[in-house]
Amino acid sequence: MTPENAVMTDVEMVTVVIDGFDVTVPKGTLVIRAAEKLGIQIPRFCDHPLLSPAGACRQCLVDIEINGRAFPKPQASCTIPVENGMIVKTQLTSEVADKAQKGIMELLLINHPLDCPVCDKGGECPLQNQAMSNGRSESRYEGVKRTFEKPVSISSQVLLDRERCVLCARCTRFSEEIAGDPFITLNERGALQQVGIYEKDPFLSYFSGNTVQICPVGALTGASYRFRSRPFDLVSTPSACEHCASGCSMRTDVRRGKTLRRLAGEDAEVNEEWNCDKGRWAFKYISSKERIAGPMVRGEDGELHEASWPQALARAAAGLKGKRAGVLVGGRSTVEDAYAYAKFARVALNTNDIDFRSRLHSDEEAVFLASRGVNFNVSYRDLDKADHVVLVDFEPEDESPIVFLRLYKQVRKRGLKVTTLSPVLSRGSEKLGAAIVEDIASISGLSEKSVIVVGERAAEVIGQFTSVVKLAQSTKAKVAWIPRRAGEVGAVVAGAIGNLLPGGRPVADPAARVDIASVWGVESLPAAHGKATWEILEAAGDGRLDAVVIGGVDPLDISSEALGQLLGASTFVLSLEISHSAITAIADVVLPVAAVSEKSGSFLNWEGRPRFFEKAIADSLTRSDLRILSMLADEMGTPINLPSSQAAAKELQSIGEWDGAKADAPSVSPATLTAPSGDQAILHSWRQLLDLGTLQNGEPNLAGTARAAHVLISANRAKSLGLSNGDLVKVSTARGSITAPAQIGKISDSAIWVPRNSIGSQCIANLGAASGLVVTVVKA
Amino acid sequence: MSKLSPVLSAHWDEADSFTLEGYKRHGGYNAVSKALAMTPDEVIALVKDSGLRGRGGAGFPTGMKWSFIPQGDNKAHYLVVNADESEPGTCKDMPLLMANPHVLIEGMIIASYAIRANYAFIYIRGEVVHVVRRVQQAIADAYAAGLLGKNIGGKGFDLELVLHIGAGAYICGEETALLDSLEGFRGQPRLRPPFPAIAGLYALPTVVNNVESIASVPAIIEHGNEWFQAMGTEKSKGFTLYSLSGHVKNPGQIEAPLGITLRELLELAGGVRSGHTLKFWTPGGSSTPLFTAEHLDVPLDYEGVAAAGSMLGTKALQIFDETTCVVRAVLRWTEFYKHESCGKCTPCREGTWWLVQIIRDLEAGKGTPADLDKLIDITNNIAGRSFCALADGAASPIISSIKYFRAEYEAHLTHGGCPFDPIASTIFATVGQP
Amino acid sequence: MSYSPEQISIMDSIIARYPRKRSAIMPLLHFVQSISGFVTPEGIEKIAELLELSTAEVTAVSTFYTQYKPEPVGEYHVGICTNTLCAVMGGDAIFDAVSEHLGIANDETTKDGKVSLERIECNAACDYAPVVMVNWEFFDNQTIQSVKDLVDGARTGNPPAPTRGPKTLRTWKENSAVLAGLSDGLAGEGPSAGHASLLGLNLSKEGK
Repeated sequence: MTPENAVMTDVEMVTVVIDGFDVTVPKGTLVIRAAEKLGIQIPRFCDHPLLSPAGACRQCLVDIEINGRAFPKPQASCTIPVENGMIVKTQLTSEVADKAQKGIMELLLINHPLDCPVCDKGGECPLQNQAMSNGRSESRYEGVKRTFEKPVSISSQVLLDRERCVLCARCTRFSEEIAGDPFITLNERGALQQVGIYEKDPFLSYFSGNTVQICPVGALTGASYRFRSRPFDLVSTPSACEHCASGCSMRTDVRRGKTLRRLAGEDAEVNEEWNCDKGRWAFKYISSKERIAGPMVRGEDGELHEASWPQALARAAAGLKGKRAGVLVGGRSTVEDAYAYAKFARVALNTNDIDFRSRLHSDEEAVFLASRGVNFNVSYRDLDKADHVVLVDFEPEDESPIVFLRLYKQVRKRGLKVTTLSPVLSRGSEKLGAAIVEDIASISGLSEKSVIVVGERAAEVIGQFTSVVKLAQSTKAKVAWIPRRAGEVGAVVAGAIGNLLPGGRPVADPAARVDIASVWGVESLPAAHGKATWEILEAAGDGRLDAVVIGGVDPLDISSEALGQLLGASTFVLSLEISHSAITAIADVVLPVAAVSEKSGSFLNWEGRPRFFEKAIADSLTRSDLRILSMLADEMGTPINLPSSQAAAKELQSIGEWDGAKADAPSVSPATLTAPSGDQAILHSWRQLLDLGTLQNGEPNLAGTARAAHVLISANRAKSLGLSNGDLVKVSTARGSITAPAQIGKISDSAIWVPRNSIGSQCIANLGAASGLVVTVVKA
Repeated sequence: MSKLSPVLSAHWDEADSFTLEGYKRHGGYNAVSKALAMTPDEVIALVKDSGLRGRGGAGFPTGMKWSFIPQGDNKAHYLVVNADESEPGTCKDMPLLMANPHVLIEGMIIASYAIRANYAFIYIRGEVVHVVRRVQQAIADAYAAGLLGKNIGGKGFDLELVLHIGAGAYICGEETALLDSLEGFRGQPRLRPPFPAIAGLYALPTVVNNVESIASVPAIIEHGNEWFQAMGTEKSKGFTLYSLSGHVKNPGQIEAPLGITLRELLELAGGVRSGHTLKFWTPGGSSTPLFTAEHLDVPLDYEGVAAAGSMLGTKALQIFDETTCVVRAVLRWTEFYKHESCGKCTPCREGTWWLVQIIRDLEAGKGTPADLDKLIDITNNIAGRSFCALADGAASPIISSIKYFRAEYEAHLTHGGCPFDPIASTIFATVGQP
Repeated sequence: MSYSPEQISIMDSIIARYPRKRSAIMPLLHFVQSISGFVTPEGIEKIAELLELSTAEVTAVSTFYTQYKPEPVGEYHVGICTNTLCAVMGGDAIFDAVSEHLGIANDETTKDGKVSLERIECNAACDYAPVVMVNWEFFDNQTIQSVKDLVDGARTGNPPAPTRGPKTLRTWKENSAVLAGLSDGLAGEGPSAGHASLLGLNLSKEGK
């Protein structure tokens, strides 16, 4: 039973006969899929189970009769739902169907080039395969094949070879129906029909890579993979995406130790068969020139020098042992690595000063996370069935793209009601038909079937988590917390935060500490509430901490002062990093860690669903964070005994979920903002999906489709400033400014919006803040 | 007594036949008052009982189409008139709309009332500016006269009528392609089901009728079913416009009861042009299998033509005499289908493209008689395999011409090209004045 | 080029004809042609903006229909029917002769921008074959000489009147406005019907 069917309990079933075999399937099932149930493969091109039926390629023609009445012509099995009394004869039992299919295949091939030897799709091509299985052995075509100028770049990352296209319209249907980005269309008509863009507007969709993946021929290819490999040279490993908390299942294809491409994996419960372009194409960071080759230790000369592992570990141990230290984990740790950090902090450093939040955060957020526990009881299924979804400080298209696709699917299918608490109607919100609400108190129409999705940026609004919890309590709506980074949910569960031990155990609860101490084989655990990221940095700056262990953290994601705080003090800094960064530049010891494709492990997506992955680059010798932390703890004489991710996973599982009392929900009053006047406005920002994020390094084709920085302003503000679309606007604070073209859009008059971390618009670096701040907006 | 029955064309010879005044002079819009005095269901029943069948090609009973619209569903309903007349040989709706647009508007008011539509469209092809002007003016005049808009005739019935002008696409004559085009998309046919009666324009219940079908309604309302059924044959009732063109002495429109034969029509039109003989003809446009002189006495009604192996179609009788090369004629039609293929489905898009190449080679005398069998096989791989009927139409002239004129195809191969003189078939050859 | 407030308000009125605004895309494309003579990038972008579509969606529609021109055509766009019946009756000969006479091929425009040539498909006037359409007005029963005279007249700004149409031949742009649904007030000009259309009526009056 497919998961789709699993939710439907009272499905009417229909029995049909296909090639002499009975098959019983839910009413509404298409003939082509009923045949699949019997293992009968009817050839097809335009058919795709997640797209609306097209009936365009006509490759799947079969003979059908219903209650003794035969259709006069063969029918497209991808468009006909089964009916009781239906008898289907496919190419296996009907000469008419077989001839029809061979005839269609011949027609598809008359204009198809014979360039399979140089085509990326060769070897994994549905056209190639089905031409062999269901085609004539020889073509009778004697004319000249249709040609087009080739290839056409429909974006910096997708290329189109029109003469290979069989016009199945999968790509155009995907773009319109699934992504809501109808930027590629079928143009012209008849034999000249072709896929295309409007010449000035490239295919700038966050989901464009899916069209490459579902293209049944080699018409759409990814610029970064084109001509790089043959499918049979690749070793494929099921994997999980490390970029966000959506939790996409993926496939990583490696040739001789190098990742050549990544594809969306199939998981009906999570990403169906899709992923976003970041997940697909942002993987070159692991082979960047900045990659750290081996351990490094800062010498007397103030420079980093290569060191052996024993030397580096000894130096690190010396810097940490018996010292007052804090741990900054970073948001992209695997569950197992986060668990190792959590255990390392308590066991080796005897502190709760650990935080995975390498972004703007608040104590209120930490309380919210602790009060929520680790059994979230909310999933994609709830979004599918919701009567109303409220987005709070959350932009799904940018911050969790698969959540966006799921919402968009329901919006298209049944007009799902979406409300967004935001002064900005983003492009994503517009596609969702979302209503803008600026005051959480004015949100109404919620029930136990509703879902409130709160994003990580709620931590930037005082009292927001408190309001969300109240709203949920009063309406019985479910609450989903969807942070941007893939590791954050797992880090909460692993206890990589100052107020929680593994399994959602409150640090403040003595029984919880006893639980964990006994598993870890230590006498006791520190009881003091741990510092948050900002406090750890501050303490490092003013000497209250002697040392900091830092995982994958970009200081400019936290504050413009963070790096200075670390630099200015004599604090010992141990950096565990993939590539050289602002942190490694000041670290005393740098230990290189494995990227996701170089290790095994798991993430928890926002639902709390484990996303396991195997080591894709089998011969990588790079060590994971947990392996290094384990070695370091040994060196310090306070072992954490986590030799492998499997061991860490097993131990965490054995700890289990806390069954004691959870922390109380946060209770913080909202701050009253002073209404800006004149040239002043309240700053809003979020990170666009494609931006200057470190993990997108090294992939210019992907970067070429990022949305350019702009300042979103209201029509009224534009009028008062005398601005038209595209005119330069300067947004400034005491610290600095951002100047970018104006885009007049749907935004409150008192607000302006800029991208948080894009080229030409880096809020924290340029303005010293990312949101909530009063800025000055003038014509540049 | 005359064999003919001018109803729609009865007053086309009057200088102001296209005006509201000219139309009203002969009782125009009386049928609206009569229909609005009936219940919508009574109107549907009357039209159903009349036996009126679609005049656009398929011959589906008009009243039955109307009765498929779900009633009391609290949804908007639409009437869409197909005035995209583009089937080669067909030239009846355009002169009708040029000479008497009001009869269509009157029919639309009645039909909309019957199917409970308050919004109606005429989808007219775009390559006929003067016809567009006439319809545009007629609609404006009808609004001004209170025949369209709110509370028509004081009977509480509202109707908005919009003229939608096409832009050159034969496929938009296919009703679902027409609806997609009217919705602002590429005019490509839709999957059926759902049928337009359930989910048509904007996915709402919609009736799509041909111009002539709707224009026939006022007379039926006005004169009753007995009058209407006195014309035509048992299953093909009433009068219709036959379009006679090509190598006839007097080409033109002849309105006659269904079931008249080509022999009778040719007699009326003065026969095949003098000194020549009938070679082949289309009974209902180029998409209907060709007939020859042996079919002169086939009754031109839905059943008669079908029984003889073709289709009544649009009653577009294109007459070709013995000077015409059938291979050239078929090639040109095939080029037409290639040009007009919407591109959606493989067999039509690729098939028509290939067929043109094969027939072009045959016309040029290239190939062997075996290529004719290949042509038939490929044509059969296209017909009945496509998304809509366009490719079936493309196959009709090919298959039927080989059936009747195989020797002529072969003669091209032995002759090393076309054995005909193209000038001999032109009108100039007769008039002698190029 | 940007559109004037008057032009925008006409576009708005075109959109207002329909229950759903996307339906206005075809008349708007005709309207764009009435201003620029062909479908300009500005036109596509404006329509996309007004109808809240992507520019790709507008392109998909504009390239589907043959009356929308991606490049400028002549002030007098001459369409010669070369579908089977008209071709056989003389359309082929007319096309070849006129193409040679003008020195332009199918889908080309004379250098002076006055006349362009297109092979057209059946235009629903077969009883007047061979048929030529100029700016989509009927020129019935044509000969090689009549069409040569026609294009010569058009090039000197003095084209003959259509057979069934207004007294004076209107330009491509002017007629495009009619196709956008804007009246030019000329519906009353020209005959009710041509001679061929009256064949049956006249015969019946003769008692035949």
